[in-house]
Amino acid sequence: MDEASEKRISLIINRQRVGAGEGMTILEAAQAAGIYIPTLCADPDLKPYGACHMCVVEVEGRGALLTACTTPVAEGMVVHTETAAVNRLRRAILELLIADCPADILAPSEPPTELQKVAHYLGVTKTHLRKATQVLPIDTSNPFFEFDRNKCILCARCVRACDELIGIRAIELAYRGQYTRVATFGDGLLMDSTCQSCGECVTHCPTGALSHKNVELPEREVATICPYCGVGCGVYLGIRNERVVSVRGDRNNPSSRGQLCVKGRYGIDEFIHHPERLTTPLIRRKGQLSQATWDEALDLVATRLASYHQDEIGIISSAKCTNEDNYVVQKFARVALGTNNIDCCARLCHAPTVAGLTQSLGSGAMTNSIGEIANARCILAIGTNTTSNHPVISFKIKQAVNQGAKLIVANPRRIHLCHYADLYLRLKPGTDVALLMGMMRVIVNQGWLDTAFIEEHTENFAAFRRSLASFDLDTVEKITGVAGEKIAEAARIYATHKPSTILYAMGITQHSHGTDNVMAIANLAMVTGNIGKPSTGINPLRGQNNVQGAGDVGVMPDAYPGYQSVTDPEVRQKFEAAWGTPLPAKPGLTLIDMFIAGRQQKLKAMYLVGENPALSEPNLKCARGVLSNLDFLVVQDIFLSETARLADVVLPAASFAEQDGTFTNTERRVQRVRQAIAPIGDSRPDWWITCQLGQRMGKHGFDFECPAQIMDEITQLVPIYGGISYQRLEGGSLQWPCPTPEHPGTPILHTPQFIRGKGRFTPLEYKPPAELPDSNYPLILTTGRSLYQWHTGTVSRKVAGLNIFRQEALVDIHPDDAQTLGIGDGEMVRIISRRGEVVARTNVNDASPVGTVFMTFHYAESPTNILTNPAFDPVSRIPEFKVCAVRIERK
Amino acid sequence: MSSPRDEGWLIRVGLASCGIAAGAKEVYNALSARLGDKGLGVTLKKTGCIGMCYNEPLIEVVSPRKERTFYKQVTPDKINRIISEHLIQGKLVTEWAVPDEEINRLLAKQQRIVLRNCGIIDPESIDDYLAVDGYKALKKALSTMSPDEVIGEVTKSGLRGRGGAGFPTGVKWGFARKSSGELKYLICNADEGDPGAFMDRSVLESDPHSVIEGMLIAGYAIGASQGYIYVRAEYPLAINRLELALADAKKAGFIGETILDSNFSFDIKIRQGAGAFVCGEETALLMSLEGRRGMPRVRPPFPAQSGLWGKPTNINNVETLANIAWIILHGASVYSKYGTEKSRGTKVFALAGKIVHGGLIEVPMGITLREIVFDIGGGTSSGLELKAIQIGGPSGGIIPASLMDTPVDYDSLTQTGAIMGSGGLIVMDETSCMIDIARFFLNFIQKESCGKCPFCRIGTRRMLEILERITEGNGKKGDIELLAELAQNVKRASLCGLGQTAPNPVLTTIRYFRNEYEEHIYQKKCRAKKCHALINYTIIPEKCTGCGVCAKYCPVEAISGEKKQPHLIDSNRCIRCGLCMKVCRFDAVSVGSREENA
Repeated sequence: MDEASEKRISLIINRQRVGAGEGMTILEAAQAAGIYIPTLCADPDLKPYGACHMCVVEVEGRGALLTACTTPVAEGMVVHTETAAVNRLRRAILELLIADCPADILAPSEPPTELQKVAHYLGVTKTHLRKATQVLPIDTSNPFFEFDRNKCILCARCVRACDELIGIRAIELAYRGQYTRVATFGDGLLMDSTCQSCGECVTHCPTGALSHKNVELPEREVATICPYCGVGCGVYLGIRNERVVSVRGDRNNPSSRGQLCVKGRYGIDEFIHHPERLTTPLIRRKGQLSQATWDEALDLVATRLASYHQDEIGIISSAKCTNEDNYVVQKFARVALGTNNIDCCARLCHAPTVAGLTQSLGSGAMTNSIGEIANARCILAIGTNTTSNHPVISFKIKQAVNQGAKLIVANPRRIHLCHYADLYLRLKPGTDVALLMGMMRVIVNQGWLDTAFIEEHTENFAAFRRSLASFDLDTVEKITGVAGEKIAEAARIYATHKPSTILYAMGITQHSHGTDNVMAIANLAMVTGNIGKPSTGINPLRGQNNVQGAGDVGVMPDAYPGYQSVTDPEVRQKFEAAWGTPLPAKPGLTLIDMFIAGRQQKLKAMYLVGENPALSEPNLKCARGVLSNLDFLVVQDIFLSETARLADVVLPAASFAEQDGTFTNTERRVQRVRQAIAPIGDSRPDWWITCQLGQRMGKHGFDFECPAQIMDEITQLVPIYGGISYQRLEGGSLQWPCPTPEHPGTPILHTPQFIRGKGRFTPLEYKPPAELPDSNYPLILTTGRSLYQWHTGTVSRKVAGLNIFRQEALVDIHPDDAQTLGIGDGEMVRIISRRGEVVARTNVNDASPVGTVFMTFHYAESPTNILTNPAFDPVSRIPEFKVCAVRIERK
Repeated sequence: MSSPRDEGWLIRVGLASCGIAAGAKEVYNALSARLGDKGLGVTLKKTGCIGMCYNEPLIEVVSPRKERTFYKQVTPDKINRIISEHLIQGKLVTEWAVPDEEINRLLAKQQRIVLRNCGIIDPESIDDYLAVDGYKALKKALSTMSPDEVIGEVTKSGLRGRGGAGFPTGVKWGFARKSSGELKYLICNADEGDPGAFMDRSVLESDPHSVIEGMLIAGYAIGASQGYIYVRAEYPLAINRLELALADAKKAGFIGETILDSNFSFDIKIRQGAGAFVCGEETALLMSLEGRRGMPRVRPPFPAQSGLWGKPTNINNVETLANIAWIILHGASVYSKYGTEKSRGTKVFALAGKIVHGGLIEVPMGITLREIVFDIGGGTSSGLELKAIQIGGPSGGIIPASLMDTPVDYDSLTQTGAIMGSGGLIVMDETSCMIDIARFFLNFIQKESCGKCPFCRIGTRRMLEILERITEGNGKKGDIELLAELAQNVKRASLCGLGQTAPNPVLTTIRYFRNEYEEHIYQKKCRAKKCHALINYTIIPEKCTGCGVCAKYCPVEAISGEKKQPHLIDSNRCIRCGLCMKVCRFDAVSVGSREENA
């Protein structure tokens, strides 16, 4: 109860005067004063439960013993926590509990369980009561943790965590009396339940009934950041004998508060130490990649890259690498190779966000912070499958819903989040502009707009308003397939339940009109004034762990670090002065345009850092052709990815656990990544490798000794990072803009005014997707991701447990479509588009609407992007991954 | 159903669960067919439970001169005679009629407020209810009283929660009224779960509109707009009649928008519970209503502040609500004339167990237990000495015969170690073993524990194991003390009323019948001859004629003997079912303690 401390209350605990906030419980007051009260069912992350009665105390003037965890403090209260009666009852409870557990429940273990600690405190070593005879089977079905109900004392912390924190409710107490137990729906195995294996329950268990499998106790722990998605959850890596053996959530991390998803908790250590990690440089000799020394490899790369004209080279850096790595790579491109042909996978995910929001608001980043989501009164989740792709953010959404927030889900697919939604809008793929404009027309017509905000803070409203004319509900209903009254209801809920926040992801951006989609969202937030205030805003959920940072530090063909335009002479002069070399004035090629240039054989060499375009590009056949035909291809990665297999030189990089640095998460939070172990084999940190190349090409400014020095250079050149230093980050993360060393960071953007001065309304029109179904290709294919895998699977598919959940590509198809095509569930089928075909197994369910099928792009065996359409958004150059036309045939 | 004609005969058939279970439907059908044939100008009326459940199927014949006659244990084949002799010839069939004396004795000490219409009106007819001043109290409240005045009146009446805890109803309403919030809920707790208790069921089956009217007035008083009736699914007849009553009340404009042209709008929905005993506890009930597992939660916040879906919520029991219309119509001062200073009004009890007049009664508070058991209930059905009564359901307590002069009010009953509870009253004679009774109730409670608090979940189980071993003759020194200690801890370390009162049957039997515990433990003796492990059946050779009937009935062939010679029971084989004793025509089988008979 952090907020409860406004009014101070004074009470006496064990003859000691103690201050407490109004609304605090006796337990919280005692803990704040350093007074120990044994507890079992109490949990600081969960609501008071009051079951185990271990925390009973005596309060003068109150007859009965009271549970400290549920009793609010009162002025002048006199509490005794250690009377004879109190401890007698506590011991009796403990004896009762252990009588129902296996005999060895108190046998010393390392680390001791909470139950053991409490027993030790109370001096209880055995029970005088008859032992229970019931023996229940242990549920070992989950690959990551097991559940021994014999050790369970029914404190329900697991049940409550799964409900209150995670919102899955996979487990609940079942049965009554002595047969009461924690069970899944239908009392089956965890593996057959709705459990998503996040493991949060395990961390709350006080007895070891729920326990991680394959536990090795760490000797020491290092605080760092999870390398999977853009949420940027804080983790502690446990180290033993120079191996990462454990992962646990960092409760002090402001983004994640200790929570993790299945990949973060169970998908890290195994890939770090996977036997397929690259451990030495490889050089292609006689067509085969063979081991080489660093000197051989670096000299070869430096020499070859130096031999090309600046326009013949493309560099793709990685949104998985640190800010420091990325900064060095873009500097290498610009300084050593003299080219702006530098880009990263942000082109494939949120380029429209950067383009659209910069135009509308002046900055392309998430406007608000993750923690604020839980306090929103309305959440519009459009084009985001949050539970799969940003699981820890989905926990916040569900917490908000638990607190009464309205949730509107707009998505062609009936995603898991729909279970929690007040309103589900199943729009046809690619019709987001029409849907949003339809909502805004209702808002304007109903007078739900924030006129004062519009007048004071925005411009171009009149032109925008005129553009709403063609979006009457009948038209919008025809375009989107969503009933008009539902659209009107969505408009009402969004506009009248302030603060309202919008979350979106690739369902909005990966379209040939992705930038329009983004600007439509900006319009919606502005028209209702839902921006620049807590729990409002426009919140693009960034995909990769450091995709925000990669853009921040200049991995863009048109901007230097800090989104400073390469075409602005004044800016260019600043960087030329800082880097001591003339810089190219024209913007470089985007990732997409590099492949186009490659096809035209204008691009001859590529330096790819931690990217796997051989699986992630649209129209893969073509992209793979380009990669194969390059004159010289260098790939720097931790595994021999599908792309690395095509390379002339492969440079083995260290993983995130083997280096220092920073990641910037989706909410612009710069967080420290800390080296936990030495690089595996002869791998090296990316920044070191790139610096070596720069040095070997005889360039200055590549003599960094450590990432901290790189950050110092970044802060000199990037105003939004101006106040950030490793020293400050030791005290906690910082959200940019943070221009000066005194600046506390910025949780909410566009306050008190928009970064571009006035927010700009953009008149919009509806544009259909580039490729629509026809008689030859009658189905729409839309792509996305699974909770249990990550992108091209380079990392996640190295984790055996994750593969158990999702080991192969599935094509989700509606039962009606399956029936029409005469195909069954689990059957292997060919999915064919104009660009090629792949084979995958069907997963017949109604998550996809009739006429739309869905695939993930994790699997090299079923490379979905063979099918996807390289139609580009003209502004941001993002390809239309979300819509292409396919047909399905039996194999 | 039309109202009875002034001049004609009227026959009422009790068609509550008690009647139907005894065969009243067949009786009604037979009557209906018979009367339809004859065209006798007789009005046949379905009604609920009049309270004489021991006499079911019961029909009441009202003559044109309003003379009332009850016929007991009626079967279809008795109908012809009743019609021909009583209705046609005007002669009572005295051997089947309930004697006036019995009825007078039953009714003399009763005061029927909650049960005012039960067994009188047709529960499926809103017209019948309207004819007995139904919905007049609602009209009065809406047109002449402010919500605060309604609360004031209820407070003044002294009505306390009839679900068991006895919290003043008016005060409770006041809390809910003061809670801020646009949306408030009013819930009728009809989750009656005590073994042997059927007060709420009978009221819902016999007079559903009085509960609905009570809910409407309560809703108006606290400012609620939505009501729920949480009733267990095992009460299908009650649910049917409630559904019908709700539909009729809606049609008549008593439920819905701007009721009776006032500003008050109210809707009522029925929610069926799956039968967990703990769901009668109000916070568990709320969880269950929300679709979650019914488990009590911490208070504060109290439901009045944060109840159903976080909104201010008031929960009242069926009987409490059934009082409301009467109080509003007749005034608090009339109501508060009944009862004692701290326990005003009346209380409904379900009399069960070894009692002559088992059924439903309503008595003014302050009446003694003796009056209930003997004057109304007619004493023990066996004719044996009264040993004790069990009152207040499984979490109530056992009160010995020596305390039968205890007045029935909340405080006096609490002093005995029992509680008022919701109104179950079970009578026991000397064939009841007190340890066995304690074991029975504790077994129920430990099975129904939601499992949240360790002492309620495991502590009651351990207590039960001790009771079991005592009844099995394996009691040990220290068991009584261990039981008492566990019992105290269960009371102390449980979150809700279920756990806090769970040990009451054990504690009260230890308090009043400690000697029986000691006999079981030290002498291996069960004076009630109930505990199988402690008794022996033997055949008295002097009385045995050797007829062999006992041997024929013995299910385990434990009895042997030559024809016409005294038989013998093989004690090792005998399972103590007592069948031999029941079938012996010569009283030759005796049961005694193991030692005595060995």
